[in-house]
Amino acid sequence: MSNAAVTFSDLTLGYHGHPAVHHLTGSIRSGSLTAVVGANGSGKSTLMKGIVGMLSPLTGRCTVVSGIRVAYLPQQSELDRSFPARVIDLVSLGLWPRRGLIQRHTPKDRELVSEALSAVGLEGFETRSIDSLSGGQMQRALFARVLVQDAELILLDEPFNAIDARTVTDLVDLIKRWHSDEGRTVLVVVHDLDLVREHFPEALLLARRPVAWGEATKVLDPENLLKARQFNEAWDEDAPWCAPGQENTDHGHQHSVVAGRR
Amino acid sequence: MDQLFHLFIAPFLEFGFMQKALLGALLLSISAGPVGVFLMLRRMSLTGDAMAHAILPGAAAGFLLFGLELLPMTIGGLIAGVIVALGAGAVSRLTIQKEDASMAAFYLIALSVGVVLVSMRGSSIDLMHVLFGTVLALNTDALMLIGLVAAITLVTLVVFWRALVAECLDPLFLRSVSRLGSPVHFVFLGLVVVNLVAGFQALGTLMSVGLMILPAAAARFWTQRVETMCVLAMFIGIVCSASGLLLSYHFSLPSGPAIILSAGVSYAISVFVGRRGVIHGLRPRTSHRTA
Repeated sequence: MSNAAVTFSDLTLGYHGHPAVHHLTGSIRSGSLTAVVGANGSGKSTLMKGIVGMLSPLTGRCTVVSGIRVAYLPQQSELDRSFPARVIDLVSLGLWPRRGLIQRHTPKDRELVSEALSAVGLEGFETRSIDSLSGGQMQRALFARVLVQDAELILLDEPFNAIDARTVTDLVDLIKRWHSDEGRTVLVVVHDLDLVREHFPEALLLARRPVAWGEATKVLDPENLLKARQFNEAWDEDAPWCAPGQENTDHGHQHSVVAGRR
Repeated sequence: MDQLFHLFIAPFLEFGFMQKALLGALLLSISAGPVGVFLMLRRMSLTGDAMAHAILPGAAAGFLLFGLELLPMTIGGLIAGVIVALGAGAVSRLTIQKEDASMAAFYLIALSVGVVLVSMRGSSIDLMHVLFGTVLALNTDALMLIGLVAAITLVTLVVFWRALVAECLDPLFLRSVSRLGSPVHFVFLGLVVVNLVAGFQALGTLMSVGLMILPAAAARFWTQRVETMCVLAMFIGIVCSASGLLLSYHFSLPSGPAIILSAGVSYAISVFVGRRGVIHGLRPRTSHRTA
């Protein structure tokens, strides 16, 4: 497991004592491209927040290899589109990991930003104000920011929502290039299962607990998908406390299917 | 020519108090303008107003104990402002309660406590002084205080610029790359408080927020860049300070309100004729470009 980028050990993440990701164990191989799939409320976004460290585990651990740069594109951006900024200002935020608070942006940095903009097909948009972008253009600008961040571990939470087919193809190509040419570790939350089967080598199927994890085509077989559908999305306010040693007993969830990898 | 000189220049040459008032108001404009821009962009303009009122009981306690002295009233105002800023900031950061709800309650309580405290010792003239300030009575100590605050504000803004912009533009992103998110929020609230306390000497609790918000709100109608907006807000503040003082001199108006009124006029003009203002937005477009 020496080449794991992220390691989960019995990780439970949640809100107000209720688990949203339940007893996840395994690791994400460095340089892998994994799709995270599952129904609404199955814990996909929560897992992303856990990895990036914005949510502390209820129990267990989530370890990201120390010293690597992480880029995170959240599902619900808190981006203020009415803020008076240009596309180039937004994308330049991605220089933060390298330049921090006060270091000057060099000409090379600016070159990097314009390269990122042309990689997502937004040349000529540099000085456009961000409130004039369409939804898809904004998403591409955010992808450009991820490019500029130059991170080893990239987490994308439903990046293809409300994006037209051509743009999805462009962005998927970009993601695959990160994976194959540049050896980055990429985790993408996706809803379109056909897209996953076609483009993603690996998949993690969540239904609060992990249902299956491994080669994408095998993970997404009908049996697993049926299993993933059978979970109760609503919280049970009176659910008993999940205690160590109580696994696989009578409290309504199973832990034995956890598929640790390699 | 001679008349113009008498209208615009002579008042400032002839009277020392006018020079000091002008200098104080200029420094305040330079300092509070950009702070107001960020206050507005964070949709916290009313928070600024409420914090200005929250300073009153602190300043009033200083007045109660030591009379109309600069230092105790400043320190009292600072303490009260910091308490409210930290309290309200913490509530909005750590709970689901939004800042506006608690702020409204805060400022009504603070205002009433402050007025009661001032009335316990002083006359209604003292009360007017605390509420509306006396920019024409600024002394060297008060000017030093305002200058110090302006210097601190500008340095802090330059150092934290990138974080301030990121915090406004995309707070979630800032949290994912840096731990500066929360600290920078409090640094900013601190800037608001020191600027209000500095403004309090010249413009009083009710008016000190005026030089912060109005120039910024006016500048919003003219530009789409934060940098330009800050510079423009400073410039509008400076022009309004000078014109307000002149109005007050020639027509015997109360000086603080005259300055804020000038800023109000600049805001009203910007609302209508600004590049992003009402008239420009309403003008029917009969032609369009090919792409």
